[in-house]
Amino acid sequence: MAHKSILVVGGGVSGLTAAIEASEAGSEVYLVEQKSYLGGRVAQMNQYFPKLCPPNCGLEINFKRIKQNPRIKFFTLAEIEKIDGVEGDYTVTVKSNPRYVNQNCTACGKCTEVCPAERSNEFNYGMDKTQAIYKAHEFAFPMKYVIDGQACLGAECGKCVAACEYGAIELDMSAKSFNLNVGSIVWATGWEPYDAKKVDYYGFGKHQNVITNVMMERLAASNGPTAGKIVRPSDGKEVKTVAFVQCAGSRDENHLPYCSGVCCMASLKQATYVKAMNSDSKVYMFYIDVRAMGKHEDFYTKVQDDITMIKGKVGEISEDPETKDLIVQVENQLTGEIMKETVDMVVLATGMVPATSNVPDAITCDEDGFIVSDPQQLGVYSAGCVKKPLDVSSSVKDSTSAALKAIQSTVRR
Amino acid sequence: MDKKTGVYICTGCSLGESLEIESLSKVATKEGKVPVCKTHPFLCGPEGVALIKNDIESEGVNTILIAACSPRVNYDVFEFDSSVIMERVNLREQVIWSQPANDEDTQMMAEDYIRMGLAKVKHIDLPVPYQGVNMVKTLLVVGGGLTGMTAALEAAKAGYKAVLVEKSPVLGGWMNGLFKQAPRKAPFTTPEEVDIAELVNKVEADPDVTVYTGAEILEIAGAPGMFDASISQNGATVKERVGSVVLATGAVPYDPTKLDYLGYGKYENVITSQKMEELASKGKILRPDGKEVQSIAFIQCAGSRDQEHLPYCSATCCVESLKQATYLKEQNPEANVFIFYKDMRASGQYERLYKQVQKDGGIFVRGEINGITEDDEKNLLIEATDMLSGATITTEGVDMVVLANGMVPTTAFGEDIAAKADTEEEDKKDDGPKPEIIRKSNLLNLAYRQGPEMPTLKYGYADSHFICFPYETRRTGIYAAGSVRAPMDELSTVEDATGAALKAIQCMESSAQGMAVHPRVGDMSFPDFAMSRCTQCKRCTVECPFGAINEDDKFNPLPNPTRCRRCGICMGACPERIITFKNYSVPMIGNLIKSIEVPDEDEEKPRILIFACENDAYPALDMAGINRLKYNAWVRVIPLRCLGSLSLVWIADSMSAGIDGIFLLGCKHGDDYQCHFIKGSELAEIRLSKVSETLDRLDLDSDRVRMDQVSITDYDKIPAMLDDFAKRLDELGPNPYKGF
Repeated sequence: MAHKSILVVGGGVSGLTAAIEASEAGSEVYLVEQKSYLGGRVAQMNQYFPKLCPPNCGLEINFKRIKQNPRIKFFTLAEIEKIDGVEGDYTVTVKSNPRYVNQNCTACGKCTEVCPAERSNEFNYGMDKTQAIYKAHEFAFPMKYVIDGQACLGAECGKCVAACEYGAIELDMSAKSFNLNVGSIVWATGWEPYDAKKVDYYGFGKHQNVITNVMMERLAASNGPTAGKIVRPSDGKEVKTVAFVQCAGSRDENHLPYCSGVCCMASLKQATYVKAMNSDSKVYMFYIDVRAMGKHEDFYTKVQDDITMIKGKVGEISEDPETKDLIVQVENQLTGEIMKETVDMVVLATGMVPATSNVPDAITCDEDGFIVSDPQQLGVYSAGCVKKPLDVSSSVKDSTSAALKAIQSTVRR
Repeated sequence: MDKKTGVYICTGCSLGESLEIESLSKVATKEGKVPVCKTHPFLCGPEGVALIKNDIESEGVNTILIAACSPRVNYDVFEFDSSVIMERVNLREQVIWSQPANDEDTQMMAEDYIRMGLAKVKHIDLPVPYQGVNMVKTLLVVGGGLTGMTAALEAAKAGYKAVLVEKSPVLGGWMNGLFKQAPRKAPFTTPEEVDIAELVNKVEADPDVTVYTGAEILEIAGAPGMFDASISQNGATVKERVGSVVLATGAVPYDPTKLDYLGYGKYENVITSQKMEELASKGKILRPDGKEVQSIAFIQCAGSRDQEHLPYCSATCCVESLKQATYLKEQNPEANVFIFYKDMRASGQYERLYKQVQKDGGIFVRGEINGITEDDEKNLLIEATDMLSGATITTEGVDMVVLANGMVPTTAFGEDIAAKADTEEEDKKDDGPKPEIIRKSNLLNLAYRQGPEMPTLKYGYADSHFICFPYETRRTGIYAAGSVRAPMDELSTVEDATGAALKAIQCMESSAQGMAVHPRVGDMSFPDFAMSRCTQCKRCTVECPFGAINEDDKFNPLPNPTRCRRCGICMGACPERIITFKNYSVPMIGNLIKSIEVPDEDEEKPRILIFACENDAYPALDMAGINRLKYNAWVRVIPLRCLGSLSLVWIADSMSAGIDGIFLLGCKHGDDYQCHFIKGSELAEIRLSKVSETLDRLDLDSDRVRMDQVSITDYDKIPAMLDDFAKRLDELGPNPYKGF
C-alpha cells in the first residue's frame, strides 16, 4: 500500500523546502499557503547575507522543482481550519479563500489597467499601492492575478470582468473547505516582524523616517516601491546618513527576551545597500553584541570597516519637526559619553516573532512563543522560524530535517 | 522515433494583434514542412489544450511546438504524455512584451523563434534513464558522533539500512567527553544531562544499522547507488556496497599549543574547554595541585575571530563557556566567574542562558587580553583592556583560566592535493578556475580522479556555497553534516544530520530511477561519450565540477552517470564534441543557430545571439518582458542548461552564419559565485577568452563576443546592456562573413 501523504503548512522558504525535499524522496505532499503566492518572506528580501545574492534565484529553482514534480500539490490563499486524528492518519480541513480569479488567468494584465480601486500593498509593507486586482509581485508563483476582496468595488464596477478575454474573473467566488487525509504534518508558518510601535521610544509610526529592517529590504529592491532607491519616506530625499538600531525589541525583557538571531547580519547587509548606492553616505550601527556566527564573521570583518560601529543601546529617537531628521540618543559604552547623532533615516532592527496565531491544539508553544519540538510527540513537526529564530540557510536545513521526520511518520504506520 | 510535429500558435494575450500569425504559420508549414499547424485564441484554456490532446490521440502527433507564453508559466497546462516531445516558443514575454507590436523586426524575431523551435525539436530524442547494476539503498555514515549516529538512526527510522563507521573504539564522539550539555529546550537556562549513551544504545540495538567501530574507510569507489566501500577493522577489510554517503567526522578543538600567548603550556592552570569538561565530570573542580577552584576566568575567542589563528567564529564557544560557568556556580555560588569576551554570541533563545549566568553573578568583561601571568601560588593574573571603559584592568589571581579554543573541521588536515597537482600537472598553466581545495584528510579515501576527499570551501569546511541549498554538494551522493560542514551547536547538529540523511536517501531513490538530483532534479538525460573519437585531452574530467568522470590509465574518460548533474559542462569542454545528451547536444544548438534567418548586409538588420543561462538570465529576460521593458530587436535568445555547456564551435557556427555579435549572459562568478553548477559561468568566460585570438585571426574583432554576469533580478539593466553591445557592433560594422 502506498504511504500516506504529508501536509506542509506554510509556503515560505521553510515550508517550500520541507515540501520539495519530502516529495523528492518519493512522498506525496500537500502544501498549504495563506498568501496568494509561494515564497513567503524571502520573496520580499532584496538580497541574502553574506553572499548578497537575490532570493528569487533560489526561489526560481525551487519553483522549477515544484513544476516538474507531480507529487506536490499546493494551495495558495488557503488556511488550516481543523486537524483531527493521530500520527499516520490525520484528517485536515483546509479552507480555500477566494482569489476571485480562476485558472484561466493568463497574467496578461488587462484587468489591472481598467481597475479603478486601490489598495495598500502589503508586499511592500504598505509603502505603495496596487489596484484592487493585482499581481502580488513580478516573480509571483503561481503567476496569476488576485483580487483584494476588501478593496474591490464588486460586481457594480465589474470593469475587470469585461476586460478579461478569458473569463478568468469570478467576483462571486466564495471560500470553500475541503478535507485532506495525511500521515504527518510539517508546521512551517514562519515569523512576523515584531511590532515596532511597541518600542514607542523609537518613534516608529510617529516619525516618518524611522523604518524597520523589513521595509528597508523593499526600499532597496529594484522591484520595490522606490525602484531600488533608498530614499526618505518623508520627502523622497536620498539618504546620506543612516542609523541601524539593533535589538529594537529583541534581548529585552519588556519585549522579546530572546535574540532574534539574524538582525545583526541583516543590518550589516543593509549597510552595504546604503553604501552601494552612495559610497559617501555615513552609516552608524548601534549594537549590544554583534552576532555574526561561524563564517559570517568574514562578512562582519569586511563591512565594519566601511561603517561606524557604536556599542550601546539606543535610548531614544526624536525628530526635528522641520527637517524630519532624526536625533538618535545613545550612551556610547566605549567612551561613556552620551551621543546625539542626527541622521536622515533610522532603520530599526526589529526581531522575529513566531507566526503561531493559527496553531492547532496538537502543537505546544514555549514561553517565547516558539513551537516546542518534542521528540516524543510524533506526527506533527515544526520547521523554520516558527520553531526558533533562524536565518535562511538554517531554516532550509531545519526544514529538510523536518521532511525526514514527516516521512518517518508515514512509514511507521 | 518517427516524429510527427504539430505547431500550435496562441493568438491570445495580444499575440494575435501584435504579430502576423499567418506568416508565422507559414514558417512552420512551408519552411518547416510540419504536417499540423494550428492557431487558437486561448491555447492555455481547456479548449486549446483539448485541441492539442486530440491531435496527439487521433492524428498521431508526437512532437509538439507550442508558440505562446514563456515556458516558465502554464507548465501544468501544457503537460502531455511522457512519450510526447514538447517544446515551448516564448512569443509573449520575450517577443511581444519586449518589442513594439506590428513591427517588421518584431515579426522577424517571432518567426526566427519558430524556426529555432523547429530546429530544436528535430534534435530532441526522449531520454532513456540510466540503469545502474546492483544498485542499493543503504546509507554509509562516516563518523559515529552525534551527527553520524543521528543520520544513521534517522535513515533507519525511514526504512533504510545504514552502515556506520567510527574510527575510535566507541560510539559517541565529542559528546562522550562532556559533563553536561547546553540546554535544548525552553527555558534555555539550565544545562542538561548528557544523554549520548541513550543514542549509542539505540544505534547499537537497531537491526538496520551496521556499526563498525575502531574502523576506517580504506576506499570508496563507484557512484551513487553503487558505491563500494572498503572498511578496515581489526586488520581485516570488509566490503560494503552503499548507495550514498554522509560525512560526519566532525571537528576537533583548535590546537591549544598555538595559544601560548594566553599562557597555555606555560601555566598548568590554563586549560582548554575540553579539559574543563573532564574536570567537572570528576566531581569537585580541582586544580592539578589539588586546590579547589574558587575563581575562574573564561577567555572567549581563544583562537577564533583572530586572523592569526581561526578567522571565523566557532559559533558554540560562548554558550559552552556559559554552560561551564554554571558548573562552578553550582558547586559554589560564591565563586568568582569572569568571562572575557569580544561579543557574547548567545544567539536565539540562548540569550536566556546568558541572562541566567549574569543573574547568578557572572562577571562579563568585554576586552582584549593583553597577557596572562602566574603568581607564586600558581594563580593567574589576567591583564585586559576593558573595551567598555578603555581602562587596563588586571584581575586578582584566579585559580584557573579556561580557554574557549574553538573548533577546526576534520577535513582541514592533511596535504593539500590541489596544490600538489598544480605543480605537477601540465594543466597548471590554464587560467582555469581556482582548483578545488582537497586535503588528504584520510576520511573517505574516494577513488576519484579529482581527489580522495570532499572539496572544502573556506577554512577547510566541507560546506555548501549556497544559502538556499545548504546540502548542495560537489560530490554527488556525498553529504557533509554537522561540525565538519560548519561550526554548529548540538541542536543544529541534530537537524543537520537528519537533513543530510534525507538528501542521501533522495539521491539513492533518484539514482535508482536514473534521475538527476538537485538542481536538475528529475532529469533523465545523461551524457553519452562517443569514445572512438576521444583524444584523451582530459578537459571533461578536469572541468566537471562534480567529479563525475574518472579516467583510465590511458586518460580515457570513465563517466559515472549517477554522479552526473546533467549541466553539460563536459559537453562544452570537449573539443572533439563527442559528448551528447539525448535532448541537448552541440549539433542541436548548432542547427538552432543556423536556423536563424540572417538578413543581408544592406538590410542593416544585424543579429545578436544571446546564450542565456536558463536558471537566471533567461527568467531575467522574461522579467524584462513582464515589466514591458523594451529591448533591442536584433537579439535572438538561446537558453543553455548552464553557460558552462557552451561549446566554442557555436561561436564559429554563429560567425559563419553571419551573426554579428554573441552575448553570453551567465551567473556571477568569483568568491560569491551564483552559478548553480559552481563554475559553469566562469568556465564559459575562460573559453571565451581563448576564442578571441581565433576571431582576430579571422578578421573578426573579438569585441563581437561579450559576456556579462546577470542575476535574475538584473532585468532592469538588460535593455541598456544590449543597447551598449549593439552600439559596439555598429561601430565594428557588419560581420564580414555575412552572406557567405
